Amino acid sequence: MIWGVLQFPGSCDERDALHACSLAGEARLIWHEERDLGGVDGVVVPGGFSYGDYLRAGAIARFSPAMEAVAEFAAAGGPVLGICNGFQVLCEAGLLPGALLLNEELRFVCRQVELIAGDGERLSIPVKHGEGRFYAPDDILDEIEENGQVAFRYAPGQNPNGSARDIAGVTNEAGNVLGLMPHPEHAVDPLTGSTDGLKIFRSIAGLAA
Amino acid sequence: MTVEVSKHRELGLTDSEFELICEKLGREPNDVELAMFSLLWSEHCAYKHSRKLLRRLPTEGERVVMGPGENAGAVDVGNGYAVAFKVESHNHPSAVEPFQGAATGVGGILRDVFALGARPIAILDSLRFGELDSVRSRHLLDGAVRGIGHYGNSIGVATVGGEIYFEAPYEHNCLVNAMCVGLALQDEMVRAAAAGVGNAVVLMGASTGRDGIGGASVLASAELGDGDGDKRPTVQIGDPFEESKLLECCLELLGKGLLVSLQDLGAAGLTSSAGEMASAGGVGIDLDVARVPLREADMEPFEIMVSESQERMLGVVEPAKVAEVLAVCEKWQTGAAEIGVVTDSEQIRVLRGEEMVGEMPVEALVDGCPLYDLAPEEPGGWIYGNEDVLPARVAAAAGPGADPNDPSAILLALLSSPSVASKRWAFEQYDSVVGSRTVRRPESAGAAILNLPESGNAIAVSIDGNGRRVACDPYAGTVEAVLECAQNLACVGAEPLGLTNCLNFGNPEKPAPAWQLDRAVSGLADACKALGVPVVGGNVSLYNEGPDGPIYPTPVVGMVGELPDPERVAGSAFAKEGDAVGLVGPFSPSLAGSELAKLRGELDMGLPQPDVAAVADACATIRDAVRAGKLASAHDISDGGLACALAESAIGAGLGCKVDLTPLIERSGLTAEEALFGEGPGGFLLSGERAALESLGQSGVEVVVLGEVGGGEIAMEAGERSFSLPLEAAESAWRSLAEQVETPT
Repeated sequence: MIWGVLQFPGSCDERDALHACSLAGEARLIWHEERDLGGVDGVVVPGGFSYGDYLRAGAIARFSPAMEAVAEFAAAGGPVLGICNGFQVLCEAGLLPGALLLNEELRFVCRQVELIAGDGERLSIPVKHGEGRFYAPDDILDEIEENGQVAFRYAPGQNPNGSARDIAGVTNEAGNVLGLMPHPEHAVDPLTGSTDGLKIFRSIAGLAA
Repeated sequence: MTVEVSKHRELGLTDSEFELICEKLGREPNDVELAMFSLLWSEHCAYKHSRKLLRRLPTEGERVVMGPGENAGAVDVGNGYAVAFKVESHNHPSAVEPFQGAATGVGGILRDVFALGARPIAILDSLRFGELDSVRSRHLLDGAVRGIGHYGNSIGVATVGGEIYFEAPYEHNCLVNAMCVGLALQDEMVRAAAAGVGNAVVLMGASTGRDGIGGASVLASAELGDGDGDKRPTVQIGDPFEESKLLECCLELLGKGLLVSLQDLGAAGLTSSAGEMASAGGVGIDLDVARVPLREADMEPFEIMVSESQERMLGVVEPAKVAEVLAVCEKWQTGAAEIGVVTDSEQIRVLRGEEMVGEMPVEALVDGCPLYDLAPEEPGGWIYGNEDVLPARVAAAAGPGADPNDPSAILLALLSSPSVASKRWAFEQYDSVVGSRTVRRPESAGAAILNLPESGNAIAVSIDGNGRRVACDPYAGTVEAVLECAQNLACVGAEPLGLTNCLNFGNPEKPAPAWQLDRAVSGLADACKALGVPVVGGNVSLYNEGPDGPIYPTPVVGMVGELPDPERVAGSAFAKEGDAVGLVGPFSPSLAGSELAKLRGELDMGLPQPDVAAVADACATIRDAVRAGKLASAHDISDGGLACALAESAIGAGLGCKVDLTPLIERSGLTAEEALFGEGPGGFLLSGERAALESLGQSGVEVVVLGEVGGGEIAMEAGERSFSLPLEAAESAWRSLAEQVETPT
């Protein structure tokens, strides 16, 4: 599997994502001005503060040429993973339901949290964000729960930001676009934390293969 | 153009300095020149009250790649790589506007590091505020922590460590010191010296506005006082996105070999960066202010020359490569303008189009400022306040009616004291993991550890300095700051490679701060020489005073060390039930200058003199033991003494301990309180197999086995005093900082 990791001005975690992807395939960076994804098999929209995020997180990045290509790629069923700022960008682009609001405590938070995946598996992965409170109206929340679009929830008592129904990550209806606030690319090496994040990259690579 | 005599005083120059400028120019300076001289001859830029003292510091070592005088120091970490690092203050801006002051402090130190061609990989901060029960202190703390997070998180550099102390003498004049560590390929590093007559001078990054005019002279080189609100316009505004682009752009330019030299624009803006580059290269520079991209069209030449607008860098480029440089800047959407040329005139010439608006010899501007001797005088006694708050703190921590002499109540009061308590409230607001190098997250080990796959090893970084102890004895207190860094490094198995420092002191023109500064620099020099650690860079921040007098003298020491194998790092928390707990090292605790003495209002002059050689030996023993994987945990003993260190190691593990300090009491002739809460250098609290701890004594270092890890209580015996404290009670006291910040009583 060949991964493409988008790089915007203001991206922070693109090199970390590149490294994580390289543990689950091959990986290359895609500059935000590229309209052509170069034939990659999967795309990561990484964390950071694209274009400074002074307006609203992800609000400008969604208009980048590379994101137009990602929207087409996603529509064709290609796997797309949005992490943190990437999740915000995918929501802004309308590729994922809901929105990410300022954390309930109005402060940036960086800590290791326990996640529960859709299949019940527990993963230990760090979060680090100031605008990570997942929000959607109740009817939409009901809908995405019914459709099985909730990919990850924070374990009970671990919700770091006030996200609705403890939701940490969601997919689109087709299931090929995944966004989550926690950073799986920062959980790929026991030396720097856990290796639970690697499971996410490998599972996507497995699906794409 | 003539200048009114009073104008130079408004700009912070003395009459005799003004006369010297006239003599060097052979005429009176015009407004542009006067503005430029006033900044470069300020304490902040010229170090005129400290430079002579700094000559005492050892600066050479086998691993030194760049030393003082460059944008940052750098040491060799092997395989062609170097680690660059520096600590710098942004105290006065933060005292006036904490969010932007702290944010731009981080932005400034990042630029110093990537100016060398190093990619910033870590930030550490050393912060000082007044007591937390003051509204002003909470405002400054909140703003500074948010500001550091805003800048560091947005630019994607991990904030991996730091320290925060709360002491009344910082009430008016808080301290915000930021340290940056970067990694560079030695072949791609550049110095800040301009070279090559005819080469272009290119200004990159943000456009130039009126922000921060006079910051170095009016704000940084004068005492704070009434009317500081009026100084708010002299504080710069930070834009981490602009700097993120500038950083990537500069690293790409250096990686492609397109720059002859590079310098950041910090204090005194274009004036200092052009002046220092010309001085270092022995050349001249002509600058055309009409070519500088401006935020406001009507800026005067002097404003352009002294503006401290952030996120700007000055590069020297061969004429044939200018187009390629501009193309890389375009790619990163960062501004770039060719604004000048390197000359052989040895003059800084400021032009506006064809018109010459200023012309000064580089030597006079950069190196011409007179250096002053201090007139130090030891104060007759303790010049700071003293207040007995222990009964109130004990009541708050252990419940009303608790006995303020009961050791378990004292321990709770100490653990909840904001300077000792866990700083999780602050460090959770910082991204500590970006970059994938953070081997130990904040508070899990004595020093931050950063993995370096490029060179096949890792570095450890620690930043320390306890101003209160330095106030008690500036010499011994400063030695202790260096030793604490060395001990923190030893706890993770690291060997020191180099040191940076920020000397935060009061007004050097007054006798007591001058004495503190003089003694502290001697302590720093002696400790570094004894440990064999070179000082590769630093910063001096003087005039830190409020209406009530000077701050505690606060030398902040940042140390970088190397460890071969990051897999073998002991944490500071106990590891498992049944492990032996030992005290190792030449530790002779005393209540002098301790956190307990502070709470009791018993601070006074004097500290025991540290035995640096013995501490150095202990560090080597611990380092070897950690590297050999013999220890389960290692924690240096500092604020709050052995009892607090024991509690911290227990809380971190979620495991209690049962210890008896009587052997220590007997060995060193201590009281129970001294053994429990006394402070001093040289102590390591270790856990592991009993035989492993005892074997450390073979190297000659003192070992006392105190007890073992286990149970749900922290149980201590100390001579005739004994107590036990449920782990949860200790933890809730130690974790009470958030509550104290958010919902003060």
